[in-house]
Amino acid sequence: MQLHSTVENDVMVVIVAEARIDAAVAIKFKDTMREVTRDGPDRIVLDMSKVEFVDSSGLGAIVAAMKLLPKGRVLELASLTPTVDKVFRLTRMNSVFPIHADMQEALSNRAA
Amino acid sequence: MQDQCLHFPGDELAVRHALRNLKDRIAPYLDGAEETATTEIVLAEVLNNIVEHAYAGSGDGWIELRFGLVQDGINFDIFDSGVPMPDGKPPVPEISALDVDIQDLPEGGFGWFMIHDLTKGLRYERADGRNHLSFRLVLGKHLYAN
Repeated sequence: MQLHSTVENDVMVVIVAEARIDAAVAIKFKDTMREVTRDGPDRIVLDMSKVEFVDSSGLGAIVAAMKLLPKGRVLELASLTPTVDKVFRLTRMNSVFPIHADMQEALSNRAA
Repeated sequence: MQDQCLHFPGDELAVRHALRNLKDRIAPYLDGAEETATTEIVLAEVLNNIVEHAYAGSGDGWIELRFGLVQDGINFDIFDSGVPMPDGKPPVPEISALDVDIQDLPEGGFGWFMIHDLTKGLRYERADGRNHLSFRLVLGKHLYAN
């Protein structure tokens, strides 16, 4: 599970460098997110632009990753591809996460 | 499209491969990315449920996936030899309230919710020691042919 993190303007950007977050990798995703987000800024933006597919296990793992964050830190999503966007809409999880159209919007919108 | 059949082992990586194979075969009959997304979402959830529950993650068992065009969409029949569904029917989960504390958010139940939402004619039967799930997706270029 390849997650690449950087800090820009006091925002942690985590790029998911995988085509799928599915049942085969959901647990690895959750564990790697825990490692990557152990320290750092309160705002974490997950760059989903390379992720073509998320299934219910992957969705559960993203929720789990948010729950692992200490209180006060927030997980946001950016650049959902069409199928991933559809999964978030169908399950109404788009109402749970702040979702940005792209990274530019995410980084310019400090109060998201 | 003639009726098609895929056979593959009931493990997660074989399911990934089967989904890619299914998409390649079915893509010419679908009308755009939205229909492809619907197909992949539903089939991924159904097949992963078999891996995780019917075969309980053992990776020990086979899945048979049949599909073909019908008048009002594409019909799917999926067979496995794992344990039967609880209560002899597909679960109908509600997604619990989302306006709750972060720690109380659901991490599961999304799969069957999407399956029920996106399919028509969802049926389950247990016969000859096999599970048989069938449903239609109301999509395909042929719906607009006339």
